[in-house]
Amino acid sequence: MARLNVNPTRMVLTTLKKKLRTARRGHKLLKDKRDELMKKFLAIVKENRSERELVEKLLKDVYSRFIMAKALMSDTHLEEALIFPKQKVTLKASSKNIMSVEVPVFEFYTEGQTGDDIFPYGFSSTSGELDGAMIALQKATPHLLKLAELEKTAQLMADEIEKTRRRVNALEYVMIPNLEETIKYIVMKLDENERGNLTRLMKVKDMMLEEAHHYKERMAQQQ
Amino acid sequence: MHKIAVVGDKDSILGFKAIGFDIYPTGEKEETVSLLESLVAEGYALIYITEDKAYGIMDEISRYRNSYFPAIILIPGSTGSLGLGKKFVKESIEKAVGADILAQDD
Repeated sequence: MARLNVNPTRMVLTTLKKKLRTARRGHKLLKDKRDELMKKFLAIVKENRSERELVEKLLKDVYSRFIMAKALMSDTHLEEALIFPKQKVTLKASSKNIMSVEVPVFEFYTEGQTGDDIFPYGFSSTSGELDGAMIALQKATPHLLKLAELEKTAQLMADEIEKTRRRVNALEYVMIPNLEETIKYIVMKLDENERGNLTRLMKVKDMMLEEAHHYKERMAQQQ
Repeated sequence: MHKIAVVGDKDSILGFKAIGFDIYPTGEKEETVSLLESLVAEGYALIYITEDKAYGIMDEISRYRNSYFPAIILIPGSTGSLGLGKKFVKESIEKAVGADILAQDD
């Protein structure tokens, strides 16, 4: 691991130690966030998958009914029957916060005619198959909206999880090891300086004592 | 208040008109792309697009994946499902987890 390019001083050591503490704490928090996001994400994505299957099944049914209706009516008649809808669907999108990810919540309102009467055409000029198709489509609508909500949520959460995972990995495998290595380096360097200083002091003390008492000369005389 | 749009070939999406969605029939790839852009600019929050129309323009659709609006949702067209919608879900899982851990054999 690469050591950071810093001066090995006591002050830098203190700052780095503080940084390491922050990094460790951040790492722990982000890891928790990632785990929780993942838990929620998996639940949503499971629901998303089953909802999609349901919608695809429902729409298949709708289409096959429409094809039957089309076979029995001319294109212009069919278009004429459907072109002016009785109801209008508007969407109210609010947002929900899942682990600090803003996800949409869709609510839809139908304006105009309510109740079971959704047919924007007279029954005399249209075939019965079209009625069936309309009812099937009406039934599929809430599922379509639910699917949209789930799918967008899953996409947004997937993005957030990826980001969080990158951050966790960056902290775990780059930032924290680098800091640890640098701190170790500074501590060693400071210790080494300390030892060097001590040796120097002892040597100086010896020299000063020698100068004061002349031990060496006295030793030579005694012999 | 937001609006809902349905994009696809006319035969598939005509029915949605009667439900109260806005329908935008489209033909070629380029037309679909420019239509999609104008729909986003108009402020549609929810755009359903049939899979056969989405097929060639996945890059365009993916651009809106991570933005809050619009939600572009693939639905099967009248020709049946191409499995693109399911692929989108799979991609989300792979992006988040690294592998599709919920893969089913189908």
